[in-house]
Amino acid sequence: MDFGVVVNNLGFLMVQGFLGFGSFAGGTLRLAIPAIVLGFLLGVFIGLGRLARSPWIRIPATGYVELFRGVPLVMVIFWFWFILPILLRVPLPEYGVALAAFVVFEAAYLGEIVRAGIQSVPRGQVEAATATGLTRAQTMRHVILPQALRNMIPALVTQFIVLFKDTSLASIIGYMDLTKAAQVVNNREIRPFELYLFIAVVYWLCTYTMSCYARYLERRLSLT
Amino acid sequence: MQYQFDWSVLWRGQSRDWLLQGLLTTLEISALAWLLALALGVLSGALRTVPLRPLRALAIFYVEFFRNVPLLVWMFFWYFGVPPLLPRPVQEWLFNHGAEFWAGMLALGVYHGARFSEVIRAGIQSIPKTQFEAAASTGLTVAQAYRLIIIPIALRLIVPPLTNESLNLLKNSSIALTISVAELTFQTRQIETYTAKAIEALTAGTLIYLILCLGIAAAMARVERRFAIPGLIARPTRAEH
Repeated sequence: MDFGVVVNNLGFLMVQGFLGFGSFAGGTLRLAIPAIVLGFLLGVFIGLGRLARSPWIRIPATGYVELFRGVPLVMVIFWFWFILPILLRVPLPEYGVALAAFVVFEAAYLGEIVRAGIQSVPRGQVEAATATGLTRAQTMRHVILPQALRNMIPALVTQFIVLFKDTSLASIIGYMDLTKAAQVVNNREIRPFELYLFIAVVYWLCTYTMSCYARYLERRLSLT
Repeated sequence: MQYQFDWSVLWRGQSRDWLLQGLLTTLEISALAWLLALALGVLSGALRTVPLRPLRALAIFYVEFFRNVPLLVWMFFWYFGVPPLLPRPVQEWLFNHGAEFWAGMLALGVYHGARFSEVIRAGIQSIPKTQFEAAASTGLTVAQAYRLIIIPIALRLIVPPLTNESLNLLKNSSIALTISVAELTFQTRQIETYTAKAIEALTAGTLIYLILCLGIAAAMARVERRFAIPGLIARPTRAEH
């Protein structure tokens, strides 16, 4: 065992692979952060759609959630990788494909979190808002969503951890994230044990810190 | 260029055999990994609730380390990282006996064992403390109380979240394609490579996964009703994957 290989390639692994600065369009964080933000925005619509009164909105939203929750993420990444270029008739960069796949896939899970968050707001709040003369849309925007969002935060952090780990799958289509960077270094140095153990520890440090933070948020929210 | 649909690629040539064989491999690797995960999950989940600090610490280390690292990294670690450290004859034996399948199975089972563990611990901790006290007062030892009272009740309580996690395991078996296990997603890609019919191949793979997942979920909903403990409300499942 010789961890010198990690030290020698630390710059490439962390700056290029983890952060995404360098000669390749890559980076674990550069994929994970936009994916959770955009996925959440889409997830709000999916979550609201699941609770809509009109079946024309509710059934497609439910179908969306059931479809993406019943299919492996790898499969969804391949759909985007192979089918988007056929439909759009232009070759697409790995970054765009990976981001699109993650946003669409995560929105199904985030939509369920949004729905649970909205359903956790007591019914009396809706009644009180209606009594003060707010419309349904106003009630949602000014009364329910702000409270629901607060209840959602721990679940959102947990989902971000899941997404953060899942970004490693973008390496399958050649996106230069931390996992791909380790593969590239390994192809040259043939030190799989050291390299994969190292990135396992990097992933672990990030996710473990975040899960401690999620637990702290949960405790703080349950006290208030 | 207009895309020409040709659904017959799915049953022409070798495609049908590939899909069938991929499905079987997916089921096989998932079933073996599931058994391993359940064993590890029950063991470490139970250990995390016992009143012995070193055992708890061991179980916590296992769960927190394996659960928080991407499965893909574990696949690479077990397949590329570990075998070179083994003695030469063992290596040769492994690579003559489908090393990728066993490495994939191990990665899947150990990773999901850590996640099962969380589900099982939550199940055990939701059992009222009086059950432990009642078990102790009838003269059962700690091991007996776990084996005869706590674990059977916990297993019935956790049917819904365990189903969810089991389906995650099934879906995650697709990641084994990265170490060239010829499971369903791998075969779907292979059909795409040979026929250049991406939409047809991916639709077939997707439908098979959907049927499997929705089918198992429906079957487990029946099991859940059958084994529900009267008077206890089913716990909600977690939105994770």
